Amino acid sequence: MTMTEREFWTVLHGMVFGTVFLLAFTGGFACLWSLKRVLITEPGIKERIKRLIIGMWTMAIMAWLTVISGTYIVYPWYRAGDPGSPRSLLLANPDTQAWHTFGMEWKEHVGWFAPILATAAAFIVTYYGASLAEKNRLRKAVLVLFTIAFASSAVAGLFGALLNKVAPIQ
Amino acid sequence: MNARTDFTKTDGVAAAAVLASAIGVFITGSLTTLAEISDSLKTALEWSGAVGPLIGKTGVGVIAWLIIWPIFHALWRGKVVNFSAIYIVSVILIALGWFLTFPPVFEAFSG
Repeated sequence: MTMTEREFWTVLHGMVFGTVFLLAFTGGFACLWSLKRVLITEPGIKERIKRLIIGMWTMAIMAWLTVISGTYIVYPWYRAGDPGSPRSLLLANPDTQAWHTFGMEWKEHVGWFAPILATAAAFIVTYYGASLAEKNRLRKAVLVLFTIAFASSAVAGLFGALLNKVAPIQ
Repeated sequence: MNARTDFTKTDGVAAAAVLASAIGVFITGSLTTLAEISDSLKTALEWSGAVGPLIGKTGVGVIAWLIIWPIFHALWRGKVVNFSAIYIVSVILIALGWFLTFPPVFEAFSG
């Protein structure tokens, strides 16, 4: 049961950082969705907002770790110029070219939106705290930012998983 | 500081965070397409040979976001702003950012 250094970083990038971000989204979304004064007591809001702030910053940090490890550690191995690199192998075959020209090209750019938007959402939740339960318009705006961050990460994560199946980094 | 005190905060800080992040996303998207139009820009964005122009496209977007955010924050903190208008502009910028990173879109401009 061994892993190469490249496999280790690919797993850390996609299966650890990326997956924690995607899994935590559901909890954060549900918590933010129901953060309404009419539904929760004052002590309940205060208790929930602490968890929400920790969860939102955890997600933002995970998103940063995902894109930084992906771009600066894993991606150079993927796009190396040698004929055995995943990129070279995909482009050499007309049947697999689209995995790079569509899948990887979209993933590598759109994935960067997730940490930017998740950080903005986490900051707003931290700054406004429990008052978000009263500020319905603001809470909905954060939900939208948060959801777009998730969608960006989901596109990157889906293509990352598929690409690693078609042309794994080894 | 309790929940009632927090309620007095204006929407200015949120507007600054939302708009700055949207601009960061839009700049990254724009550079993705512009790098396909201009080879010289693509070369200029290649800050690292190993990573290629991706490092510049995302780096400029992130740096712009980090510069713009504190400026908007300082300008709008404690101010009453038209949050709805700023929010709509932000959503449009984010949508454009997404659109400009969609491969069939930027490949249409590829030389």
